[in-house]
Amino acid sequence: MMLRSRIIPFLLLSGKGLVKTRKFEDPKYVGDPINAVKIFNEKEVDELTLLDIGATASGKGPDFDLLQDIAAESRMPLCYGGGVDDAQTAARIIALGYEKVSVSHAALERPELVREMAARVGRQSVVVTIDVKKEGIFGSNYRVTSLNAKQKHKIDPVAFAVQCAELGAGEIVLNSVDRDGMMQGYDFELARKVRKAITIPMTVVGGAASVDDLRTLTDEMGPIGAGGGSLFVFKGKYRAVLISYLRP
Amino acid sequence: MVMLCIIDYGSGNVAAIANICDRERIPYIITDDLNQFETATHFLLPGVGAFDPTIIKLKESGILSALETEVMAKGKPIMGICVGMHLLANGSDEGDQPGLGWIPGHVTLIDTSELHKPPHLPHMGWNSIAGDATDPLLQGIDMDHGFYFLHSFYYDAANPGDVVATSTYGSVLPCIVRKGHVVGAQFHPEKSHSNGIRLIKNFVGLS
Repeated sequence: MMLRSRIIPFLLLSGKGLVKTRKFEDPKYVGDPINAVKIFNEKEVDELTLLDIGATASGKGPDFDLLQDIAAESRMPLCYGGGVDDAQTAARIIALGYEKVSVSHAALERPELVREMAARVGRQSVVVTIDVKKEGIFGSNYRVTSLNAKQKHKIDPVAFAVQCAELGAGEIVLNSVDRDGMMQGYDFELARKVRKAITIPMTVVGGAASVDDLRTLTDEMGPIGAGGGSLFVFKGKYRAVLISYLRP
Repeated sequence: MVMLCIIDYGSGNVAAIANICDRERIPYIITDDLNQFETATHFLLPGVGAFDPTIIKLKESGILSALETEVMAKGKPIMGICVGMHLLANGSDEGDQPGLGWIPGHVTLIDTSELHKPPHLPHMGWNSIAGDATDPLLQGIDMDHGFYFLHSFYYDAANPGDVVATSTYGSVLPCIVRKGHVVGAQFHPEKSHSNGIRLIKNFVGLS
């Protein structure tokens, strides 16, 4: 036996509820976060990630009361992202009972934040999520985005992952904008490039449609985090809401 | 009767532990009030973050000297979790402060030279454990399924006899240490589903 890959439901918070997007747009309401956490407790989920997709864009920041209620209910490891732009906020979220805090837009604006967070809460609790979108005539270029893919950044995703690892990130999450909610498989090309460039743990999310997709990723690149959104909240092609969990 | 004291000094997930106690009907208090320590039968010492700020917080709050009385003089069981475990050692490469020295050992960085492909550090995720199945702490634990780990430093115990269980990551790392009624767990039992609940129940069964 050895360290196993982590199969991770990614839940998107919007206000007090959960939504699921496609290509970071068209949010569909999928339920109540506390209820989802209770279900995932029963299914003994490896790890759970919560991303508040409105926290940065609206300027409101994290909903600490809601995060506290969610953490008190959870018997599985938690990562939270959304609206975190200083080390003090990260420390406050860790104190609520989250194992890891993720930053994205704020780290792109000011990479030094990653170092400050690592000094405050420890490297193991610092996650940088990189939202990546394909561009160019043949979709051959990768572009880092933030603010729900509305803002584009010049830096190359591999270079940004390396920079964050050097500054003290404990994990990189690669989130594919183009594959979000499309259920057509992970982007292996980018995952391989980033895996070769850094030694810290990483998680890939965007595109998982089946247990086979999870297995293909974990077989090739494990131990790795295999994230899923639609896979764990929808059933069938009409996207009927059903919270479920699968492990390869 | 059991009264578990979950020490709330602003480090670690006391809410998740309390939630498990509610569910399992384990009587508990969450407190940093030293006057309440006397009423407790068992202590849980959570911990997240770095070694030095954590132990300084414990010292300055007076919790440490109260625990000296309750745990070392009166013999009440204590379990340290993650950095709370590391505090039980003599010291740590992560900081300059001395540890409690209740279980001889030193906290040191995991050696990744035998990990031939990434990821290296931190050790993040679910790992199996191996250990002495007759130890009261391991009763009913699914050792293959194991526990959730999130750390880069580990407890290098001085006496093999104090190591109840190990996990393998790069090398064989102690993940549960115990010297009599003093226990340390490297992983997060409060985030390890049924195995974690079981471990907490086994701990409060210690006397």
